[in-house]
Amino acid sequence: MACKVTEFGAVREVWAGFSLGHETCCSLRNRVDSTKTQRFVIGCQQENAAFPYPDTGVILTFQLSLLFLVVVELITNIFFGKRELDVSAGGRKRIMMMIRRWRRSGDFLRSACKSLTSLRQKHNSMSPSVSGFVNRYESKGKTFESNAWNDHNRELDHHSCVGGNLWMMQQYKSFGSSSSSASKLQRNPLFSSLEPRDVSFFNEILGGEKYVVQDEERLETANTDWMHKYKGSSKLMLLPKTTEEVSQILKYCDSRSLAVVPQGGNTGLVGGSVPVFDEVIINVGLMNKVLSFDEVSGVLVCEAGCILENLATFLDPKGFVMPLDLGAKGSCHIGGNVSTNAGGLRLIRYGSLHGTVLGLEAVTANGNVLDMLGTLRKDNTGYDLKHLFIGSEGSLGIVTKVSILTQPKMSSVNLAFIACKDFLSCQKLLVEAKRNLGEILSAFEFLDNNSMDLVLNHLDGVRNPVSSSENFYILIETTGSGETYDREKLEAFLLKSLEQGLVSDGVIAQDINQASSFWRIREGITEALQKAGAFYKYDLSLPVEEIYNIVNDLRGRLGDLANVMGYGHLGDGNLHLNISASEYNDKLLGLIEPYVYEWTSKHRGSISAEHGLGVMKANEIFYSKSPETVALMVSIKKLLDPKGILNPYKVLPHSFFSP
Amino acid sequence: MKILVAVKRVVDYAVKIRVKPDKTGVDTQNVKMSMNPFCEIALEEALRIKEAGFAKEVVAVSIGPSQCVDTLRTGLAMGADRGIHVEASYSFLPLTIAKILKSLADVENPGLIFLGKQAIDDDCNQTGQMVAALLGWPQATFASKVVVLDKDKQSATVDREVDEGLETLSVDLPAVITTDLRLNQPRYATLPNIMKAKSKPIKKMTLEDLKVDIKSDIEIVEVTEPPKRKSGVIVSSVDELIYKLKNEAHVV
Repeated sequence: MACKVTEFGAVREVWAGFSLGHETCCSLRNRVDSTKTQRFVIGCQQENAAFPYPDTGVILTFQLSLLFLVVVELITNIFFGKRELDVSAGGRKRIMMMIRRWRRSGDFLRSACKSLTSLRQKHNSMSPSVSGFVNRYESKGKTFESNAWNDHNRELDHHSCVGGNLWMMQQYKSFGSSSSSASKLQRNPLFSSLEPRDVSFFNEILGGEKYVVQDEERLETANTDWMHKYKGSSKLMLLPKTTEEVSQILKYCDSRSLAVVPQGGNTGLVGGSVPVFDEVIINVGLMNKVLSFDEVSGVLVCEAGCILENLATFLDPKGFVMPLDLGAKGSCHIGGNVSTNAGGLRLIRYGSLHGTVLGLEAVTANGNVLDMLGTLRKDNTGYDLKHLFIGSEGSLGIVTKVSILTQPKMSSVNLAFIACKDFLSCQKLLVEAKRNLGEILSAFEFLDNNSMDLVLNHLDGVRNPVSSSENFYILIETTGSGETYDREKLEAFLLKSLEQGLVSDGVIAQDINQASSFWRIREGITEALQKAGAFYKYDLSLPVEEIYNIVNDLRGRLGDLANVMGYGHLGDGNLHLNISASEYNDKLLGLIEPYVYEWTSKHRGSISAEHGLGVMKANEIFYSKSPETVALMVSIKKLLDPKGILNPYKVLPHSFFSP
Repeated sequence: MKILVAVKRVVDYAVKIRVKPDKTGVDTQNVKMSMNPFCEIALEEALRIKEAGFAKEVVAVSIGPSQCVDTLRTGLAMGADRGIHVEASYSFLPLTIAKILKSLADVENPGLIFLGKQAIDDDCNQTGQMVAALLGWPQATFASKVVVLDKDKQSATVDREVDEGLETLSVDLPAVITTDLRLNQPRYATLPNIMKAKSKPIKKMTLEDLKVDIKSDIEIVEVTEPPKRKSGVIVSSVDELIYKLKNEAHVV
């Protein structure tokens, strides 16, 4: 609500944020600026969530103060003649609006997630709003935009949003931990159960039992994700060989309301590739042919079941490389990479899959084959629908063919392993690297001391390249065409950094063997985590200067309970936060979530930088996306998949789809 | 005592090599080159002996085209004191290399010559032995442990890896030692060392300076890839196996 009170003497202006109904979320913030004007932004939460109510005392105080201010305005208007008490239709309407707003403020306050007082302390950590809120406030707050007071505050508010809007929202949500929400998950009764007639139908269209798997052991592996954290109970796995077969399968499943899970290499880290209940698994592993490769343009067209490493091996003799590289390359399928918009180690150089995928062929829930398999670098004809499928994690359609732009292979690859004393040096090093190494920089990774110790303890044949143990280690890789030139550039940059004190020690790999051993350290952290016991894994996108603060904060919060590690793609602002403990326990989880999500949201980060939402973070989407955006996503999902059979319970919050 | 270490610039160990279409050799264009892994181990051992106090200076030497200087720079970055580059337009066979190293040894007078046991591009395993023969020095090849006893005694104890196991030899210095894989793990080139390496000298020498006759009695006629391995056959029973062994493979 917004209540404008004319300034008179000591009367302060009070602004309160508007909240628009059940699914909005905004947060309470109290900001005091130097003009001694207080602005309140009231927040509220989604009704279904569980949250602590603010103190009744606080609500009452606030409401009373608002009432007081409204009364004061009326009095000043009447007695001091600033304005005639306008009892015309317009005037009455205005007063009625004010009263209505005041009433609503009570409702909003009651559902606010945090008390006024607790948020008061956070007024220095403001952040720009998520776009949806800004627009909303702009449209509602026409009266506010036109006054000078607005303009005045624009300069003060350096986190101003679009249109010089005053409002800055933070998202504060406490939905409860993901594990508890997952355990509350019920199988959607609208989905049918598998029957023998279904199996015989699949036998018929796929051509035999070889492609219709009901074998317990194979299903066991297909039902469990790579981290052994999520396990489904599917009774059937299908192995189609052509797009036509996929189309027929989906058409049938849609008509029978059988839920399906598209599966590739099953290397996902958020439980998005395994069934939650008894969904039928459609594994595209047999669709692994390379269809064509243009040696001039570098465009590769292949089926979705091609393993990434195999594609790289195929391209190598031709003098090209895949534009993405990740630790799971030995098992992940390109179809899965595209469906999850995989990032990886080389994103800083080649960009994301949204840029490098030129086309794809996908099958929607009703069996429709969408042929968007273009090989053109530029094609501005209509809406570019392939972007919907890239990153939708199999919930909008099954990707069956991919057309991707590969990069020329450059022979001169250099790798340096650096040790830095503190995180500030790491950041400065990143800035300097981008400036000095520029076009040849192809990877910039970091890991902290705890990660290095974990790897040294749990993996064989690994040694610390730098002789001393430092707080942070950085991997810088350059890829270029001139061997000597690149080498000199890298050496000059590193020596300069050494002199400036940004780098405390470092090593340059002399041959590919040494380079692989450096990469082994960085890529082996996930493996070492598995060996170390239980682990909680988070993948966050944060502003580079904030990245390590969350690790330190979480360390302070957890104390001796667990080992907190931070590593990741520093060049992309992507932190992989991992907490390693001897065993899984809910108390630890309760301390971690939703603290991590709230922290990220507060600093306008993303709760899933590259891993996707899967089933792990489906309900947490609101930490990073506004309600309107999510609502539109839901509409698109319902448009493309009305029965919701494709990868249910994932990506979007469950509440939208439960009957 | 001075130690001379011979290092060779070869195609990187991890690169998948291909034969040139004209079959004259292996394709080395646009391919990552680096120091031969055995030469790295040899250099590492020389450095360790110097650090133990038994040697004053480690000299790295490389024979080949101008890019060999990169390899020598790596050697200097690891810790060698100076480098010698012998200019040669194409790659030589072991006997020629051995003759060049003999001339160098006559000039430099080292107490020990370290080489890698073989180069990974030709797998000859001949150079070290030939150098020792030309110089008339004792040799200890396939070294898996080297202990220099003391400066006065002027001898070293070397464990050699041979087919029957380990053989321990005592060699009088000056001697030639070639290194095997398990001798040590080479150090990485650290940034401070790379910085120091920039000021270390690399002396350029030509074949005329060394008065070496490079005429070779051996000429490489053709280089081909080995025939592709045929895939195996899975037999379904012992009878079928015996049938195949008898009638198809003719081994029983």
